[in-house]
Parts: sequence; C-alpha cells; structure tokens
Amino acid sequence: MINRFLARLSEGIDGPLFAIVCGLLALGLATLYSAAFQAPARVGAQALNILLALALMWVAAQIPPQAFMRYAVPAFVLVLLMLVGVALFGDVRNNARRWLPLGFTSIQPSELMKIAMPLMLAGYFHRHGAALRLREYAVAIALLAVPTVMIARQPDLGTALLVAAAGFSVIFLAGLSWKVIAGGSAAVLASLPILWGALHDYQRRRFLTLLDPSSDPLGAGYHIIQSTIAVGSGGITGKGWLSGTQTHLEFIPERATDFVFAVYSEEFGLIGNTLLLVLYLALIMRGLMIAANAPTLFTRLVAGSIALTFFTYAVVNMGMVSGLLPVVGVPLPLVSYGGTSLVTLCVGLGILMSIQRHRALVQT
Amino acid sequence: MRLAEIRNTQRELYYFQLRLGVAGIIVLAAFAILFARFFYLQVIQSEYYATKAEDNRIFIRPIPPNRGLILDRGGVVLARNYSAYTLELTLSKIADLEGTIEELATLVDIQPKDRRRFRKLREESKGLDTLPLRIRLTDEEVARLAVNRHRFPGMDIKGRLFRQYPLGELASHVVGYIGRIDDRDVARLEEADVRGNYKGSDHIGKTGLERSYERELHGTTGFEEVETDAGGLIVKLLRRTAPAVSGNDISLTLDIGLQEIVERAFGENRGALVAIEPSTGAILAFVSKPGYDPNLFIDGIDPVNWDALNNSPEHPLNNRALTGLYPLGSTFKPFMALAALELGTRTPTQLTFDPGYFTLGNTRFRDFKADGHGYVDMVRSIVVSCDTYYYVLANDLGIDNIAHFMGQFGFGARTGIDLEGESAGVLPSQEWKRKYFKTPEQQRWYAGETISIGIGQGYHAHTPLQLALAVAALANDGVMHRPHLVDYVENPRTGERTYTKPQPLKTIPLKAESLEVIKRAMAGVNKEGTSARAFAGASYTSAGKTGTAQVIALKHGEKYVASQVDEYLRDHALFIAFAPVESPKIALAVLVENAGFGARAAAPIARKALDYYLLGKSVDKPARPAPAPKKQDGDD
Repeated sequence: MINRFLARLSEGIDGPLFAIVCGLLALGLATLYSAAFQAPARVGAQALNILLALALMWVAAQIPPQAFMRYAVPAFVLVLLMLVGVALFGDVRNNARRWLPLGFTSIQPSELMKIAMPLMLAGYFHRHGAALRLREYAVAIALLAVPTVMIARQPDLGTALLVAAAGFSVIFLAGLSWKVIAGGSAAVLASLPILWGALHDYQRRRFLTLLDPSSDPLGAGYHIIQSTIAVGSGGITGKGWLSGTQTHLEFIPERATDFVFAVYSEEFGLIGNTLLLVLYLALIMRGLMIAANAPTLFTRLVAGSIALTFFTYAVVNMGMVSGLLPVVGVPLPLVSYGGTSLVTLCVGLGILMSIQRHRALVQT
Repeated sequence: MRLAEIRNTQRELYYFQLRLGVAGIIVLAAFAILFARFFYLQVIQSEYYATKAEDNRIFIRPIPPNRGLILDRGGVVLARNYSAYTLELTLSKIADLEGTIEELATLVDIQPKDRRRFRKLREESKGLDTLPLRIRLTDEEVARLAVNRHRFPGMDIKGRLFRQYPLGELASHVVGYIGRIDDRDVARLEEADVRGNYKGSDHIGKTGLERSYERELHGTTGFEEVETDAGGLIVKLLRRTAPAVSGNDISLTLDIGLQEIVERAFGENRGALVAIEPSTGAILAFVSKPGYDPNLFIDGIDPVNWDALNNSPEHPLNNRALTGLYPLGSTFKPFMALAALELGTRTPTQLTFDPGYFTLGNTRFRDFKADGHGYVDMVRSIVVSCDTYYYVLANDLGIDNIAHFMGQFGFGARTGIDLEGESAGVLPSQEWKRKYFKTPEQQRWYAGETISIGIGQGYHAHTPLQLALAVAALANDGVMHRPHLVDYVENPRTGERTYTKPQPLKTIPLKAESLEVIKRAMAGVNKEGTSARAFAGASYTSAGKTGTAQVIALKHGEKYVASQVDEYLRDHALFIAFAPVESPKIALAVLVENAGFGARAAAPIARKALDYYLLGKSVDKPARPAPAPKKQDGDD
C-alpha cells in the first residue's frame, strides 16, 4: 500500500533533478535558519512554501507536454491581460505597481509570465517549425518585448530581466541567426543612452553605485559594500553556520531574500560557494540534457529555456551579491526566502520532468 | 518527402544541439567567472575583507573615569559624584520621536526644559544616536519605565555618575563647577594633546578648582572592545583593553567651617575675604560674595538662571577675591611705615605734625580728621590712621621707592595661587605710567599723585588675595609662601598622597626692629585704635588695620547702572589682620564693597573669622552637608 503510494508519488519525478533540487532546498533552509535569526517563523513558513512548490512540481510533472503546448496561447493571453490589469488598477506596494487584486488574494502576473513566455514562444516556433524565417523571429521578439516592457515599467527590473532571458533563450535555441544576434547586440549597445533615459532614478543609482560603491557608502552602495565584505570575509572555509558576524549583526540588508547568498557565502566560504556552483551547474546541465533528448521542438525549446532560466537567476543573483553586477531584484533560485519565485521555479522543474518522462512517447 | 522530413528534423536537432552546446559553454564560462570572483574575494582578498568585517563589528568604546572628589581640610565633601538613572533614547530605533516622547511623558515627568535640552543635544551631537531625555530619574520612575520597557523600542534606562556640589553656594568660587565640553574646551584639550583622554567624557572643569585641577580630577579614560550591530548598538563586550583609572581626590587647606562663618558674616554684602596660614601659604578661607549655586551649571544652565546670574548688578559670577581690583585705602599704611623704617626715611619716634591737611604746591590733601591729629609718631599714625603722616611720608619716599618696596610684598603681581584666572593688579610707578598710558602728557608722573599713593589711593588696584598674601608675609616676618588651596592630591586606589609643599616664594629682608614696631602698632589698632570696638574682649592677641577706600570712579569690568549709582559709589570697607601677634596662625584681608568705614563693616567679619579659627568659637555651628538628593530641582 505504502509502496504503491510512494511509487505513484515518484512517478514522473526525475531522480537526478529531484536530488539536486533537494540539495539546494536544504542549503536554502539551513541558510535561512541563520539569516532569519530575528524572525524564526520564517523557517517554518519557507518549509510550507517548499511543500507547496514541490506539490505543484509533482502536478506539473504529471501533465503531458502536449497539454502545455495546447494551453500556451490562452495562458499567455490571459497573463498579458492580467499585466494590463495591473497597469490599470494594480496595487502599489513599495513604490511599484506589481500586484493584481483578485478580491480574496492578490497575485503578481509578472511571475506567471516567467512560465507563460517560454511556453508561448516555444509553441509559436513549434508551429512554424518547418521554415523559420526572420519574420517568425521578429514576431517572437515582439511577443517577448511587450510584456517585458510592461513589467519593467511597473517597475520590476529583476522580473523583466528574467522574463526577457527566458524568452530570449527560446529564440536563441530556436536558431536565431548569429548575424541578427550580433546586429541586435550592436543596436542595444547603441540605444543604451536612450535606455538610460528611460530608467528610474533608483535604477540609475544602482548602476552608478556598481561602478563605485564607495561613492555612496551609506546609501545605494551600502548593500554592495556590506555583501562584498560578507563574501570576502568568509574566506575559504567560512565563519561557520550561524557564526557570520555580518549576518548576525545585521550588516546585511535583505539577508533572507535577495542577499541570502551573502549569508551563505560568509558562513560557508569558498568551499560552500563551490558546492553551490556545482549544484546549479548540475541542475542546468541536467536541464540542457533533457532538452537535448526532448522529442519535439516545443519540448526542446521549453526545456532549454527552463534550464537557462536557472542560469540567469543564479548568475545575476550571485554576481550582484559579490559585486560584479548591479543590484536587481533577483532571488537566489530555490535558496532565497519567498514563496512566489519558489513556486514558479518548481513548476518549471515539473515541466522539465514531464518532458523528460514523455521523451519517448511522442514523436510528432 | 518523408526522408527529407526526417533529414530536416535531424538537421534541426543538430542545430538545436549546437545551440545547446553554445549555451552550455556560456553557462560554464559565467560560472567560471563567478568562481574566479569568489576566489578573488575569499582567498586573495579575504584578509582585507575579514578586517573590514571586524571593523564593522568591533567598536573601541571609551570608559569614562570617575572624577575625583574635592574635600576640605577636615574631609568635608565639597564636590562628589552620585549615580543616578537617565532615560535615553536611541534615535535610529524610534520611528515617531515626538509621539514616543509624548507617551513617555505620561509615565515620567518630562518638563519643557527637558525637551528643550534634548532638542539642543540633538542639534549639537550629530552622529550620536543615543541621547538622554531625562536625567536623575526617581526610583519610582525607573520602576515605571522598566515595566513599560517593551512598549518603547529604542528606550533605555542607563546608570550614570553625576557631579554634585552638596554645599551649594558655599565656597562656590573656590570649587567652581564642571560643564559640558564645548568647542573652546576641545581646542584647549587638543593644544594640551589630551583630547584622547576625553573620548568618553561629556564634562570638564570650567572654573575654580574644578578647572585648575582638571588634570588630577579627571582621571584616565579606559577602553573596551565591544561588538556592535549595524545600528551601532552594543551587542556584547569582547574585552577590556584598558581599565578606566579614577581621577585623584583633592584635599584642600580650606576650612569649610571658617568659610561658612565668613560667608554668613557678609550677610547681604558684596565683598571678599582671604585667610592664609602665614607659615605655609595654605589658604584657610577664600570668600567672594555673592556666590552662586554651581549645581546649576553641570548639565547646561537654563536661560532663566543664566540671565539672572549674568545680568545681576552684583556680579555673583565674579571671583572678587581672585580677580577683583580695589584700592587698599589705609590698610596700605603699615606697609608704608615699614618702607620708611627699612629705607631709613623715618625712625619710629620721629614726629610729624598733622594740622588736618598737607599742602603740595596749590593742592591741599585733607586728613579725614578735619582738625588734625596734632603730633603723631609712627605707631600712633597707624593706630589712629593719620592721613597727613602718610602724605608727608609718601612725598619724602618718592613713588619709585614706594613701588620698589611694595613690589617685594607681591603688590601688583600675580601671587601664583593654584586657581586659574588671577588678576595682576596695578602697582603704580613712573615706569608703569609710561607703559600704561599713550600720550606724553598722560605718561608724566605728577608729584601730587605720589601723595594719594601714601594712603592707598590713586592708581592702586589690588586683589584681596594680594593684600592677604602681603599681610601673611608681614606676619611671617617677611618670609612669603606661595598661596595654595590644595593641601594634597590623593590617589583613591592606593591612598598615595602628593602634598603641596609650602613653597617659600621669597624672603623679604626686613629688620626685626622694624617688624616689631609695625606689629606693635597694628596690635594697637585692635586694642585702642580704629578697630578696638570690633576686637573688644578678644582672648587672643591680634594685629589689624582698618581701611576705607574711595570709589572715585567705577572700576573697570563693572557696568554703570544708573539706579544703583549711589550705592555703588560708596566707599569700600577694608580690614587686614593677623593673630596671634607673637606667632601668627592666620592672616587675612577683608573687603566689603560700598559698605563705608572699614572699622564698622569689615573688622567685625575679621573678628568672627579669627574667633572661629583660633578659639573654635562660633555663634551657629556650620551645618554638615545633607546626604545627596536623588533629584534636585533646577539642576539641569
């Protein structure tokens, strides 16, 4: 009986991927326990978040990829409409209009877009799979650009960046010509001054502060200075779990959420960081492997995009905390405190598992 | 077709896998960069960042030392410390400061002046996060706050030491007071290169002994390493780098009983008295009236009290004994007579005829006794305080001889007392006049000016301290000791005492016969002369001299106040004395401002002082200080 239940439970779950995810979640909980010493309730709350996210992962893993493809367009349109709704009558929290009130609760449609975007684009390419021309790519880029700009204007630069990365990785894997990529990059570089003008003051400050954190040590530079100190002072072996001085004396802001890596890094040092890099690398590589073995263009593109989304998350967050990249609101995947990104990421993993499970079944 | 499709699919797959490979390489490259960054931060630069993290968390906190006590010669405490609780607020932890203060006001008494002071502290101490809102909480208030502590994040109840002057006004000009360190103090500390020792100190000696003995009283600041959080709050003590060393206690030569007798004897009068032990220079009483309550100054005096003290026509903040400059009047006569004997200008028995005046050129100098004293010898000239005798004598001696002789007694020079801010005064001479005035007309010395000098008028301006020291030197047969208030400095831990050694400043060469004449004459003053009534029935021998100094013009440093002009133009009453005559134990000078005749206003004060000091006799015993109150009104 129990064995049958466990068998059903493990059905569709990719062993290696699940093991890696569990490793990351465990590290995340341990780090959170240290980071949230002033609010221990967060550890319990995060454990619940994890259970919910794993359940959703399991559900996603049971759904065949065709179903995802079938509902990709309606889902995308729905999320896009929700984004319009947010722009029109969303709740303003912390100076940003990100939340859509639904009466009983409120949600962030921009989070849903992280899943809807790659599904939409992969489905689009799949349908035009026989002959991909520049026109298809142009349409795809337009489909990507509209929600990205809407999210960036909420403003939520971090999510916009992740949505853009997820969509772009689909377009890239679909075979966008190198010439276009080179030309596009040149165009982006050329339009940087215009982009600069469109940024919010605080966003500009973050970029400027990255170049010289000491220019504003108590203001915008404080996050970077303190997190870099935390990382550096961790040394090779770290200060030990629960012994990070930067963490426990509250020098690290946002230490449970976006800056949790500073806590981890301070307490576990270079050895811990290497372990984390290896886990992420394994997760991404497993994802790319699933993509390589996937049967259809849709599943390949979706799998590749999901794998690369983890890459974007991890690099942007660790780069930001260690002072390589500007401060953008991107959490450390599966480690940072917070239910929303955890759920989105786990649903993505569930889709990956579904693709892996159904790799041999469909060959249309 | 089907084959082509499959080939197509395979080519598609090939391209896709190529792209996946590129993506994989990008991933590896990015992770390699991240690893390199971690390696750089955590291996190559780890020491640098470890230091930064330590700097972040470790704060070297100064431990202010306990200030030394000030005690009188009998151990009566004149300045001490007591610990009390303060209510402190940490601004960074309080969102609504005004609201918090309002709420706290429902629990403890918070006066408008507390709010004013708190506001002022916030303006003055930028960067300091924790500031006191109320000081000297009562036990009841501490209890109430402790119970409600959870309601007020950022509120703390801290124990602190407070300075207190238990005797209040008594001897206030000697003890002085401490106050909050201001910019001028900082400049002074930096000049002396002791700024570091004041890292944890809020207060410093401002006047009196508190200022002059600041180095002894303050002590050495200790240091401890504490761990602080990002908000600057102390999490725990790491180690004590150096303990604080308490300041030394200073014990005075002052007899607080004598001081109190004298201060009471002054009543409502303004003036000064300095009493010195002739054989050592130890100061027994050092009075300047009116005084003030030094407790008012400790934590910043409030504007109302400050205006009252500062704008009072009585100038209670002036230390008259130390800085007040007065003509000596007839108390100068014994010194003139001594000069005459020493320089051979007069013999004791040589007679001078006093018709009631002395004429020089066209000017007639009047004796206070209009019909004159007739023939007077030296002793009689002192006993009856004959003016004409000294007009003639001054004329015979000449100004420069007078100035030279009087200079030996310390007139017109700082005495070197261990109190800062002493005035030098003026001992007139031809040279002084040349230096002091600008035009040749003013610089010339007129013979008529010498005549007034003979009776202690004219350009003379001396402090009561100078006069007392001269009397002490006279009483001590010309051996002059540096006047000092501090008997010894005691290390409170080891009990080791450093005594102020009697420092002979100089020995004025005086013939015994001359001294005998002058002392006999001054003894006569108290027995049968101008102060005979004040000293009637004294069981000890004493020598004295009365003086009445004309206030010709208001002295510098005093404002002209029209409504007070009459009173403030009245003569000053002076009296000098020492006793017992044979082996003087005490010498003193009294000055009572605008009180008329010295015999009437000043001599009785001297009598009370001598009675108390020599006989232990006092009308009302000086009250011992009451225990320190936890809270004192008007203190802050």
